[in-house]
Amino acid sequence: MTFEEKLALGRTVELGSHTFTTEEIKAFAHKYDPQPFHVSEEDARKSVLGGLCASGWHTAAMWMRHHVLARPAAEERIRAAGGTPIVFGPARGLDSLEWLSPVYAGDTITFRQTPLSYKAIPGRPGWYMLQSRCEAINQDEKVVMRFMASVMVREG
Amino acid sequence: MTANPKRWTYDDFEVGMVLDLGSMTVDAGEIVEFAKQFDPQPMHLDRKAGETSVLGGLSAAGFHVGAMMMRLMCDGFLLDSTSQGAPGLDFLHWRKPVLAGDTITLRMTVKAKRESKSRPNLGLVTLGQQLSNQHGEQVCDMQSTVMFLKRNGSQ
Repeated sequence: MTFEEKLALGRTVELGSHTFTTEEIKAFAHKYDPQPFHVSEEDARKSVLGGLCASGWHTAAMWMRHHVLARPAAEERIRAAGGTPIVFGPARGLDSLEWLSPVYAGDTITFRQTPLSYKAIPGRPGWYMLQSRCEAINQDEKVVMRFMASVMVREG
Repeated sequence: MTANPKRWTYDDFEVGMVLDLGSMTVDAGEIVEFAKQFDPQPMHLDRKAGETSVLGGLSAAGFHVGAMMMRLMCDGFLLDSTSQGAPGLDFLHWRKPVLAGDTITLRMTVKAKRESKSRPNLGLVTLGQQLSNQHGEQVCDMQSTVMFLKRNGSQ
């Protein structure tokens, strides 16, 4: 199995789903993003967003949770095909993050990742920068968030 | 139409303006708490695992760093503003680990502003954020665009 096959470029993986509750939206917002439309139903109704909705950081962090929890299954697929799983290093960052629609209390969000490309990292032999398209989709099939993530990877 | 009483409206941002948004010390317990919920990897959950990793200590999850920057923005100016939320980030780059016990400081630069074409009561402001640690090292850079009501713009 080649490195490129292990990266599964171009293949979209569904990472899992999560239903955002009013309580957790407010708890996250009180700690990290206490803007009125994330902590008060009444203020949210009067805002451009139209109703109580999750902080964009909450949605992004929940994407990360599902990405991490989905790794063992991805590693198992590589082992089942006779390969050694790739090793993930630190993430370098993300680009072009768009919060396209609010995530409202009660919405069920499905998280997806599509590895798109990789390139060698100058000065770091054996390490590559992997770029992935990351998405969150609501129960009406609407993309509510997307971004490009860059993370360091190497052969296992 | 009454003028909005908030300190920061679309009209109050000038390109090139720099604002110091304050500091916070990163607590080990909060690093672990955030990681359990959102990024359950060993270097964010366990001090020993963090110390033996390339990050060199118990380190905050990347999105935890982003969330802490958001909190500094909220306390620094956003809660006293007419913010209507952010359509996105141009980029978020993690340059160095944020470790338990670090004190992080956020500085913001107004990069650009433009009026909304579809909503005449709103404008969009592009904000550059530089997060540094107690050693003066840049640990994270971010650029975001936030919607603000105008001084005389009602919801």
